[in-house]
Amino acid sequence: MKLLTLNFLTCAIKTCKTSPSSFPLHPQDSELEIVEADINVLFLRNMLPRLMWNELRLIVNELGLPSLPETAPDASSLLETKLQVPEGDTTGLNIEKIEVPSQVAKDLHRVLLETCIREGKLVCGNCGHEYKVMEGVANFLLPGHLV
Amino acid sequence: MADKEPRGEAYETQHVHTVYEEIASHFSSTRYKPWPIVESFLKGLPDGSIGADVGCGNGKYLAVNPRVFIVGSDRSTNLVKIAKAYHSHSVIVADSLSLPHPSKTFDFAISIAVIHHLSTPERRIEAVRAVLDILRPPSSVQGDEGGKALIYVWALEQKDSRRGWDEGHEQDVMVPWVLKGKREKKPSKKRQSDDQISEDRDRDRGMGGQGEDKTFLRYYHLYRKGELEGDIEEAGGRILGSGYEKDNWWAIAVSKMDS
Ligand SMILES: [Zn+2]
Repeated sequence: MKLLTLNFLTCAIKTCKTSPSSFPLHPQDSELEIVEADINVLFLRNMLPRLMWNELRLIVNELGLPSLPETAPDASSLLETKLQVPEGDTTGLNIEKIEVPSQVAKDLHRVLLETCIREGKLVCGNCGHEYKVMEGVANFLLPGHLV
Repeated sequence: MADKEPRGEAYETQHVHTVYEEIASHFSSTRYKPWPIVESFLKGLPDGSIGADVGCGNGKYLAVNPRVFIVGSDRSTNLVKIAKAYHSHSVIVADSLSLPHPSKTFDFAISIAVIHHLSTPERRIEAVRAVLDILRPPSSVQGDEGGKALIYVWALEQKDSRRGWDEGHEQDVMVPWVLKGKREKKPSKKRQSDDQISEDRDRDRGMGGQGEDKTFLRYYHLYRKGELEGDIEEAGGRILGSGYEKDNWWAIAVSKMDS
């Protein structure tokens, strides 16, 4: 399960949802894996305003991953200009400018879209309920008395 | 009436969830062709849109648009295991009436062939409300810039389908799913799987398994004309469009303005 998913998950117990401490869920005993994916800067840019940045920073710290910057990156920092000689040009005189994903974009892509929880649990900060993650799938079915 | 048992959660556990868990892989092998309305809804979304597929089944709609991010959920662990193959999204096991999503979050949500499995009017309306609740609300009364939900349910009016149900028929029905037992050297295997492409006409076909054929019955509430729109309004939604497609009723709705 991609870490980005945690931005859209909270406790399944209705009475918890209204409590701020039910978000984000806290990963525990996590086994992480990297599942590589193509980077899409437009996707990242549209995603940025949806990210609960402080909560994601907290999760990243709880997982012991390198810290995210204190504030969310600006959309304009996701691309950088690179100079390159077009393919087939042997004169080296026709340098062109191309836009490529910046290191900021690559880092964000790495942590949100390629870093996945394979095994572990997600714990509600309000009620303490633990949701198991097995083979990359979190299970939110509740025992009868909690529905 | 399909039977005399009291309707509700326990009823659905027996007559819906347990069945899907058992038939998951055969069911999934017949579910790969997206319905056109759902496909065009998903393809029309801007890149980077965030959505939920509530009752994602084997995840066939996760494959339609890789430039959006979808959190798919289903009650069936076995179906979710199949849906996991769509790596660009995420899938979870969850109940559609106890969704683990924050309110007012998603740009879109789809609920395809799910709500008709709930066995009381109250639970169906609650399920619609749960879908509307996770959408971003519009910022004005008539605005359509809020998150949009596409809801799709099986229609009572389908006299041209091979089931032949139509207006006036009992709406609460048990629909069989036959898991065919293994036959020795069956030459018709290829032809049979071609038949399954027409999925809504073949809801009760299945292949594989061992030995004898096994029949599972699933509960459905068949929606009559206008009923889906009524449920959506009851649940606090506003309808942007609705219609009929291949034996199913569909509607696109937004939640009402944040009050
Ligand atoms: Zn909780």
